[in-house]
Amino acid sequence: MNTPLKHSESGFAKLMYDRLFKDKEGVITFLILAVLLLVILPFTLSDFRLNLTGKYLCYAFVAIGLVMCWGHAGILSLGQGMFFGAGGYCMAMFLKLEASAPENTAIQTTPGIPDFMDWNQVTELPWFWELFKSLPMTICLIIVVPAVLAYVMSVFYFKGRVSGVVFAILTQSMVAAMWYFIVGNQGYFGGINGITDLRTILGWDIRNPESQRILYFVCVVLLLLTVLLSRYVLATRLGRVLVAQRDKETRVRFSGYNITSFKVFIFCLAAVISSIGGALFSLQVGFMSPNLIGIQPSIDMVIFTAVGGRESILGAVFGALLVNAARTGLSEAYPTLWVFLYGFAFIGIVLFLPKGLASIYQTYIRPRIFKSSNAQASPTEVTEASATFEQELPDAK
Amino acid sequence: MPSDTDFLLAIEDLTVSFDGFKAVDALTLYIEKGELRVIIGPNGAGKTTVLDLISGKTKATSGSIRYNNIELTRMKEHQIVRTGIGRKFQTPSIYEKLTVYENLEISYPIGRTVLGSLRFSRSETVVQRIYDVAAEIFLTDVLDMSAELLSHGQKQWLEIGMLLVQDPELIMLDEPVAGMTAKERDATAVLLKKIAKQRSIIIIEHDMDFVAKIADRVTVLHLGKIIKEGTMDEVQNDATVQDVYLGH
Repeated sequence: MNTPLKHSESGFAKLMYDRLFKDKEGVITFLILAVLLLVILPFTLSDFRLNLTGKYLCYAFVAIGLVMCWGHAGILSLGQGMFFGAGGYCMAMFLKLEASAPENTAIQTTPGIPDFMDWNQVTELPWFWELFKSLPMTICLIIVVPAVLAYVMSVFYFKGRVSGVVFAILTQSMVAAMWYFIVGNQGYFGGINGITDLRTILGWDIRNPESQRILYFVCVVLLLLTVLLSRYVLATRLGRVLVAQRDKETRVRFSGYNITSFKVFIFCLAAVISSIGGALFSLQVGFMSPNLIGIQPSIDMVIFTAVGGRESILGAVFGALLVNAARTGLSEAYPTLWVFLYGFAFIGIVLFLPKGLASIYQTYIRPRIFKSSNAQASPTEVTEASATFEQELPDAK
Repeated sequence: MPSDTDFLLAIEDLTVSFDGFKAVDALTLYIEKGELRVIIGPNGAGKTTVLDLISGKTKATSGSIRYNNIELTRMKEHQIVRTGIGRKFQTPSIYEKLTVYENLEISYPIGRTVLGSLRFSRSETVVQRIYDVAAEIFLTDVLDMSAELLSHGQKQWLEIGMLLVQDPELIMLDEPVAGMTAKERDATAVLLKKIAKQRSIIIIEHDMDFVAKIADRVTVLHLGKIIKEGTMDEVQNDATVQDVYLGH
């Protein structure tokens, strides 16, 4: 028998626990991820591999964003590279300015501006680059730029009730436009080569193994915080409204919701999260280029999410890690064949695990470990409930 | 601007045409406060279109719909809902992936903006209200069950329940007993009569036995026009109605 007490959310601590972890299972799975990333990997991997892992984890940010906007809200975006790039370029521009201090660039025609500008006969720092002289400003822009881009991109479409495949294609064309914009404006953004040769952040060298190790930990901590934030958002009423509108949009409108603002909100949130991943990418990898954020990388980002499980936040993190690791592993072992193997693996997952790797966990592992905490009623319980329910019906006559 | 009325819902000269075809043709219909009105009519008579027009799903070509003297024809769906109108669709329209409890909770009429929904928490008032409604629609024992596991009739009740949580003054139901067993139909009739004590209801229905059981007044629609309005007996004995509808 259900009682009202069971469903009420009373007390701040209980509320936070419910939203961040839901139950014991949520705590354990989160701890497993934290221990894996903070303890096991740093102590077993070489510096080179650990840096690679850090790079993969940047894509995990994008995958988390996609879990929210695609998996839960049903908005498939094939243009997340755009937001990843927004953060990546903001960070790269800040680092590039620092690397282009007048004493480092004395041999240029105009010392003190980035080298690629000098090569392209730009003689003065463009006005928008001035913003990237300050780190706090850069961090603000890493958040604000993708949010504004996502807002402008989505608000008219969602208002006009454009959704599904059409929206996916629109996002794809936006990311293509961004690619051409960067490549075409070589003097301002470094063109196809991207922004390279990034050296220090506030005088601290980001290239040596020790600082890369520290950056890895920064990346992991931010990722874990993002996991918690996303869990929180999805556990609020907003998260349930998103799922509801994914399945029955009209019904939600007729319950008095303005769906447009919900869709725009989650699309912007996913964009900001992707952007943070992009900024960490520039920091750890040391460069940013249009080919890292174009159409193909944007599709790869959707693949990571699909492989991991598009409805599961942790699944997406593991998806990003595993797919990237498999790519690296396969391309090292079979330099000529790897694309085919990679393709077959993806087809296999789509065919046999439509809900991604997370479904292996949900079908086989969870029922064994967390028997009692499973909230879904089993088929026998359902029939029993219907049987008692038949008897309880009031008689109309 | 038409003059103010005492009616809860005043539809005047309402017309909608799709590529020249008039699905609803100069319709005038008044619903009083506390009334339970049933709209019947053969297929294609424009019954569902009338509900679409009231709820804002379809935009009217001309005419006016006023609810408590508020003009609805130019408002968006969610704004119309917020004035106090709830609507149930023909096929049960519920959120399959959410539990019965969550389905009901989404309709709770507080925190329906982005920020509001982020701040929304399940206070005792909210939970109590949902439990009260769940009891009314016979679903207390299955609150934690995923809604996709419900039987067809239970899904219909769940959607009615979602409207009740919303607490609208006017409820519109499109074929609420379609696909229900005889016993479920009877239970629904009792439920609707109970609901009707506190609010107005418009029902579209095909099942004549069911209509006879619940209706105060019946409106017969044919080709977008009203051909008869009255009690069930009056309607059933009307020659035109028998001709277009009951006789076939």
